[in-house]
Amino acid sequence: MGVSIEHYLVLSSILFVIGAYGVIARKNLLIVLMSLEIMLNSANLAFVAFSRALDDVTGHVFMIMSLTVAAAEVAVGLALIVSIYSHRESLNIDLLKLLKG
Amino acid sequence: MFYIFAILAVAGALLVISHGNPVTSAVSLVLTLFATAVLFVLLSAHFVAAVQILVYAGAIMILFLFTVMFLNLRPEALKFDSKNMPFKVSILLIALLFIGYLASLGFSKGLAEPALRGDDGTKIGDFGTVQSVGTSLFTQHLLPFELTSVLIAVAIVGVIAIAKRSEG
Repeated sequence: MGVSIEHYLVLSSILFVIGAYGVIARKNLLIVLMSLEIMLNSANLAFVAFSRALDDVTGHVFMIMSLTVAAAEVAVGLALIVSIYSHRESLNIDLLKLLKG
Repeated sequence: MFYIFAILAVAGALLVISHGNPVTSAVSLVLTLFATAVLFVLLSAHFVAAVQILVYAGAIMILFLFTVMFLNLRPEALKFDSKNMPFKVSILLIALLFIGYLASLGFSKGLAEPALRGDDGTKIGDFGTVQSVGTSLFTQHLLPFELTSVLIAVAIVGVIAIAKRSEG
């Protein structure tokens, strides 16, 4: 079966759009963070697919960089979530209107 | 093979954004990440697939589940999640985004021709092995690689600062 790079790119865009919908529409802070992970993951898929098409491992290197950034982002985001929950007793992002803690 | 795991990845992603319980969402996210790792193998990116499983499905998901359990969410703390508020606006935005993506696919047509010739099991050399990725990582991209360690150090210090402040 002929699976070309367009298949991977379409799958990547579908995953990205699902993640973007989760970030926009959901109100649970944890799920927003997970949707961000889906978006980053779809970008990684596009990197690896292009790397395969161009026969160049630079895409793999960049995917490892983006993975590192994702890990750091999740660590900071979850620390913020724990801090917010101990302040507010809720994870509803509509309650987070103040810049003051 | 591609279609099976593509469908699995999309199904996992849909479960993440549609389910109310964060634990179920986290487990669905694991499904998506594993399916993506299989797709990386199909793209003959073996090292990256291993890293994906170790870092994403291992470390990040453990962190998510640990936080969900650490927070000890009461059921009423999860009730607020109605999905209908910005529904029409977000659907419109998402549709625009998707159309833009598909339009930009037209530009990638030219370079897509030599793609994926290893798909039928032919020999493809050492593309995507630990050695080739490592050589590229430690020669051509050494400075960005070292800078990511600075990023991780900053993240560690930031997380500790945030966690300590919330305690006291």
